[in-house]
Amino acid sequence: MTRSLSLRAGLLSLAILAGTIAIWHFATLPTAGSAGNVDPEYAALVSGAAAEGQKSTFPTPADVAATLWKHLKDPFYVRGANDQGVGIQLAYSLGRVLIGYLIAAAVAIPLGFLIGMSPLATRALDPFIQILKPISPLAWMPLALYTIKDSGISAIFVIFICSLWPMLINTAFGVASVRKEWLNVAATLEVGALRKAFMVILPAAAPTIMTGMRISIGIAWLVIVAAEMLVGGTGIGYFVWNEWNNLSIGNIITAILLIGLVGMILDVALARAARLVAYRE
Amino acid sequence: MTAFKDPFDARHRLSSGCSCGRHATEAEHAADPATSDDRARRVVEGAVMRALFPEDATRRAFLTAVGAGTAIAAVNALFPIATATEVFAQGAPVEKKDLKVGFIPITCATPIIMAKPMGFYEKQGLNVEVVKTAGWAVIRDKAINKEYDAAHMLSPMPLAISMGVGSNPIPWTMPAVENINGQAITLAVKHKDKRDPKDWKGMKFAVPFDYSMHNYLLRYYLAEHGVDPDRDVQIRAVPPPEMVANLRADNIDGFLAPDPVNQRAVYDGVGFIHVLSKEIWDGHPCCAFSASKQFVTEMPGTYQALLKAIIEATAFAQKPENRKQIAEAIAPTNYLNQPQTVVEQVLTGTFADGLGKVVKDPNRIAFDPFPYESFAVWILTQMKRWGQIKGEVDYQKVAKDVFLATDATKLMAEAGLTAPTATTKTFSVMGKPFDPAKPAEYVDSFAIKRT
Repeated sequence: MTRSLSLRAGLLSLAILAGTIAIWHFATLPTAGSAGNVDPEYAALVSGAAAEGQKSTFPTPADVAATLWKHLKDPFYVRGANDQGVGIQLAYSLGRVLIGYLIAAAVAIPLGFLIGMSPLATRALDPFIQILKPISPLAWMPLALYTIKDSGISAIFVIFICSLWPMLINTAFGVASVRKEWLNVAATLEVGALRKAFMVILPAAAPTIMTGMRISIGIAWLVIVAAEMLVGGTGIGYFVWNEWNNLSIGNIITAILLIGLVGMILDVALARAARLVAYRE
Repeated sequence: MTAFKDPFDARHRLSSGCSCGRHATEAEHAADPATSDDRARRVVEGAVMRALFPEDATRRAFLTAVGAGTAIAAVNALFPIATATEVFAQGAPVEKKDLKVGFIPITCATPIIMAKPMGFYEKQGLNVEVVKTAGWAVIRDKAINKEYDAAHMLSPMPLAISMGVGSNPIPWTMPAVENINGQAITLAVKHKDKRDPKDWKGMKFAVPFDYSMHNYLLRYYLAEHGVDPDRDVQIRAVPPPEMVANLRADNIDGFLAPDPVNQRAVYDGVGFIHVLSKEIWDGHPCCAFSASKQFVTEMPGTYQALLKAIIEATAFAQKPENRKQIAEAIAPTNYLNQPQTVVEQVLTGTFADGLGKVVKDPNRIAFDPFPYESFAVWILTQMKRWGQIKGEVDYQKVAKDVFLATDATKLMAEAGLTAPTATTKTFSVMGKPFDPAKPAEYVDSFAIKRT
């Protein structure tokens, strides 16, 4: 039964994909030229569509596939500081995301632990967390550039500040909602504070903490593209910006597909990690 | 090339330039010094002569009276031009070889960009990385944060930064203009019958930045046609790369933008070129090569080498026969990231106008490094006119501090380039003459203003 379900789901996915590409293909088919009497000298100076008195068109699926193949064939070329392969750009972005994310984890998990263990701290810090949590990464950017005075570190800071909150809140919540019975048992056995934290609370709160980390990595990956579009230089966000500059929709779609793919891989990796710490009650 | 003219030739006007900007006639071409040593000598001589004869008429009278030969001897007796030229040509030792220079991907940055692939930086012993940057606010912040040693800026930006308008006041210098002309007003194709600016009320326009020649020229153009740029239309700041996308999406009706943005709108069939900026003010400065005052004073040798590379690249770019080659060098993804034909049309001035005609105007863009202080004064009058700066403005002092900063002046003096304090240039914008000596009266003379 499950096998036939996943088979049918796979078939349906393929059908949706084929349908989307077919609609896209027919929607972007080049229309026949309307004006036949264009000065050839003029036509040589503008794009094909403009020569026919139209706006340039959206690329067809075949165009995009060709662009995608061109990038995947040679992902690690370096032709100067501003023109590097898409693989290198992704590596830059991943590097920034991981640094910012790991610093955020290193701050959020211990801090969340402390907040979660103290109802007073939970209440006192709650308004700050609630206000800081929903701020868009791009709103932080001018502030970061102004104070940190380094665009690379600013990008990492923005990743840090945006991926901090889900981990902090989830850790605090997980720690605060460890079942009272377990804590009481620990107290009865006269377990020390440190031992209680590592042997009882941490395993009990681990699944909630992992959920927070999984939300955070998704946010971090969302944020990096926006941040890099703003500061430029390197990374997949810069690549998107640079091709926007060139109005190259084919390259932008390629980048979008790759961003989605990497985001999915990150999410799956953390989902796997979450399964390791899951337990049955 | 005004800065490269022979100052000992009575026929040339040094301080005021020719009425049409600097496009060289064939005679000027022939006189243009070919080698860089000659060019360095010309620059030094020009500066000395300007310092000695602030009034151009006096210099010319002097030259006609005594003859060029006697004049050279006389001036040499007062000032050792040969030694000074040598010092300028050799330069102080370069303190820092690896530099980062930021640029925005537009053709205004041509000298800064092309100096990399065409080896002008290398020739001065510099290893320069030219870094593409996303927008003017970012390039300003990165330059202020010292991530860039020098940067491509809009010529009003060093003035704004120095005065603390739109950022903290930080002494900033603008040792060289990059290009003159080279901008245009582009409108969406659907407005092709609305060629009279009086019909533009209610339209939305984009300019690259609030502190840009584009903003001031567009406002000037609209106001001269009786359209109030604040009340009758909307003007927003949009980074150049996003302009065509916005025009295509009908978010804006037109823009006054740097190239290749205008030509790109034509290339994609989205807009047409309404007027070139040279038809508003022929010979207007646009973008600039700028550095912090700190960089100039702390690393004079590096600064001088960098400036020399830029001046030589600018001189190379000014020659029409080099333009195709330059387009090929700067069009790839690493630099402008545009189809080569678009860049070529901008630089050669043979371009499609978006309405089915091929226009030939070799002066669509020109390159001249000399930062005339009167340019700065004009920019300041417009900042004042549109309420960007309030209160009393010491036009001449600010212009002098920024367009030829005092420390840059000192450095230039050491190198034999006595600061050309009297380098003002009278010009007219849309037929209205501008006298740099009377900026306040000029501001008052406009009907539409925000003072």
